[in-house]
Amino acid sequence: MANNNIWNGEKIRTFLLDNIVMLVFLGFVVLGFVVSDTFTPSSFTNDILVRFFRNGVLVLALIIPVMAGLGLNFGIVVGAIAGVLSIIFVRYNYTLFPGLGGLLLCFAIATPIAILFGYLTGKLYNKTKGQEMIASLVVGFFAEGIYMIFILFVVGAIIPVRWGHRMVNPVPEGVRPMGIRSSFEMGLPAEEMTGRGMQDALPGMARALNNIWRMEFVYALAAVSVVMFIFLVVRRIIMKKNPGLLTIRNEPLWAFILKIALCGAVVAFSIYSSATIYYWYYILANTPDINRLDLLPGISNFAVEISRINNVPVVTGLVIAAVGLFTVYFTRTKLGQDCRSVGQNKHIATVSGIDVDRTRIIATIISTVLAAWGMIIFLQDMGHVSTYTVHRNIGFFSVAAILVGGATAAKASVKNAMIGLVLFHAMFIVSPAVGLFFFNDGNAGEYMRTFMVYGVIGVSLGLYVWKANKAAKDKERLR
Amino acid sequence: MTEVVVEERFSLIKAFKKIPFSTKAVGALYLVILILGLVNGFSFSRLLSDSLHLFGVWALFSLANVPSIQAGTGPNFALPIGIVNGLLAMVLVLAAGFTGMGFIVVASLVAIIFGSASGFLYGKLMNAVKGSEMAIAPYTGFAITAVFGLVWLSIPIRHPNMIFFLGDGLRHQIPLDYFRAEFILANFLFFEIFGLEIRTGELIVVVVACVLMWLFFRSKMGLGITAVGRNPKFAKASGVNVDRSRVIANMISTAVAALGVIVYAQGFGFIQLYDFPMLLAFPAVACIVVGGASGQKANVRNVVIGTFLFQGLMAIALPVFTRVLAGGAGAGIVGPIRMAIQNGIILYALSRMSKGGK
Repeated sequence: MANNNIWNGEKIRTFLLDNIVMLVFLGFVVLGFVVSDTFTPSSFTNDILVRFFRNGVLVLALIIPVMAGLGLNFGIVVGAIAGVLSIIFVRYNYTLFPGLGGLLLCFAIATPIAILFGYLTGKLYNKTKGQEMIASLVVGFFAEGIYMIFILFVVGAIIPVRWGHRMVNPVPEGVRPMGIRSSFEMGLPAEEMTGRGMQDALPGMARALNNIWRMEFVYALAAVSVVMFIFLVVRRIIMKKNPGLLTIRNEPLWAFILKIALCGAVVAFSIYSSATIYYWYYILANTPDINRLDLLPGISNFAVEISRINNVPVVTGLVIAAVGLFTVYFTRTKLGQDCRSVGQNKHIATVSGIDVDRTRIIATIISTVLAAWGMIIFLQDMGHVSTYTVHRNIGFFSVAAILVGGATAAKASVKNAMIGLVLFHAMFIVSPAVGLFFFNDGNAGEYMRTFMVYGVIGVSLGLYVWKANKAAKDKERLR
Repeated sequence: MTEVVVEERFSLIKAFKKIPFSTKAVGALYLVILILGLVNGFSFSRLLSDSLHLFGVWALFSLANVPSIQAGTGPNFALPIGIVNGLLAMVLVLAAGFTGMGFIVVASLVAIIFGSASGFLYGKLMNAVKGSEMAIAPYTGFAITAVFGLVWLSIPIRHPNMIFFLGDGLRHQIPLDYFRAEFILANFLFFEIFGLEIRTGELIVVVVACVLMWLFFRSKMGLGITAVGRNPKFAKASGVNVDRSRVIANMISTAVAALGVIVYAQGFGFIQLYDFPMLLAFPAVACIVVGGASGQKANVRNVVIGTFLFQGLMAIALPVFTRVLAGGAGAGIVGPIRMAIQNGIILYALSRMSKGGK
């Protein structure tokens, strides 16, 4: 493959094989757009944005275990359960801290629980070395069983709960209450309580993080793309001045120009649309009889469409960015380097004095804690908790997302997570339409979606192992 | 186990120590629940009947793990592949107008053909991903289950007792009594003794399957498969075709699973479609591990002991817990307990596997 001719057949084949999952997903999404006319650019963007901010941290939680050679950690379900437990606790005593305070309390309570769970899970992974992928799947089911026993039976039978509490299963008077209800609300935030009869209701934690600061989407896009543009240029300059300083591979010129061009296009688009929408908002503010943007005379379809995209939660975005940056920073620390060595070769790591088991446990703990936080962010956005099922698919969906983004069982990056988040959830959004088109049945989309989730996990993992086996065989043949 | 006791009567303690931990733990739990049930007014024969019933319908699923474990591809976490083949066979045979015993026989034949064919493909897949079979298998099973969700929705069968009342597609549950095909095996030579219900037909099928499996692993091919599972390099050196043995083992495994779902469906009186096969592999694996199998070694004895103890435990836990724990929590608690025990047992097997392996 080390050939000077860039576009020979072998290279194209390798490219296709390496990116087959991503390409299939792209094709599926395009197909969805072709066969259905229900998607407008704004509604589609809205759906993607909601899921991006909801799932961001959960998907990022998968990266560090991959680095430490643990494979894709389906066991983030355990972390998600820690998150749900903390929310149950805070909602049970909801009068203590409504709003953001309550949410912060959730984070505070979830952290030690997740550290404990992560420690135990890490211990288990050390006992099942070489089988972590199936062990992490099964440990999720195991944790679900324990969790259900806890919230169904232990709460009530051993930990006393108040009769008639809105979180507790209703029972006739005089009977000992047992178990948490199958679903409960996070409670509307104070700023969303505008309806009638809401004056006496207690404010809750739903969207407490999202509502701190919301920003027009195109403004945020402009800010992010400008930062990205500057970052790309500065990185290129540093790389040229002293190569070897950064640990990334030397990028060829055409790749750099492509990235700059793409980024520049996004910058131009977002600044143009920001200016347009700003102008029309200004006009709207100065037109007293009209209170809706699309009723303004002379407004373009483009501006209306842009205005229909919901505002983005800036703080949630910053949290996702912070977790992403932490993951990148972590790889540069001593611990991160240890993780890498353990992931590459356990024997060499042991010989060079790294405590393999300890490193693996720490990687699992970080992943579990991030998953717990991710779950709290997920649920504050949903605003509604299905106590017994909400954690169930977290592992599958997050793993599928990062695999769609191009990760493998041995390599995952923040970039994979971000691409995967968008592409995977785009599939999720279009699949009902595709199912309806091909099978003329509303349920078909559901099965198609399920198939895509498990199919992508099976195919990506399978292809990776197959390639690795083939490479090993070729090596043997050469020897 | 009884053999051991007879041979070394003088050292019962030694024999007891030889019983694997998982068997002891679940066996003890079974006894506890049994005693709890007897104290609370259940009859012994009723509890034993329930245990035997679940043993009969689950034994083949658990038996399907034997060839795959012996061939070194690990427990068959892709059991749903076999199950959907069995379901497809039943659906097609019902649509073709078979009823009663004819339905069972023809569906079994079709299921074996379908199961072997897809087991062949699955075996090829397992050969392509050597070393990570267990990581890939569950998702293969899940994905196939989802694909068959689409198949059940779009299959062109218009039998009024099989499709939804409104719209196209097969029902989630197809009752077999419309086809006079329910409890066929269960009622075959059925008899009661001291209140203990013996579903002879089911048990005959299970015994025959177990004996055939036992015989197979004493044949040349079976021994070859065992050798491949123990040490592939050694097996190759002694002239066994490793890849072919693994494919054959997975064909048998998938075919047995396909047969298993026919026994299962007649035992409960209806065919369940759509999401039903999704998570069935895990209890089946738990069964065989309870019987003392490990990730690399399994035999028919493990299947019989494990399935009886584990499924028996589940069978008696539901009525006993419902009576003991008043207030409605009893019925709901059995599912989570099953989940915790079943997956805890699988984790136990996995932890032993890597210790014995490398």
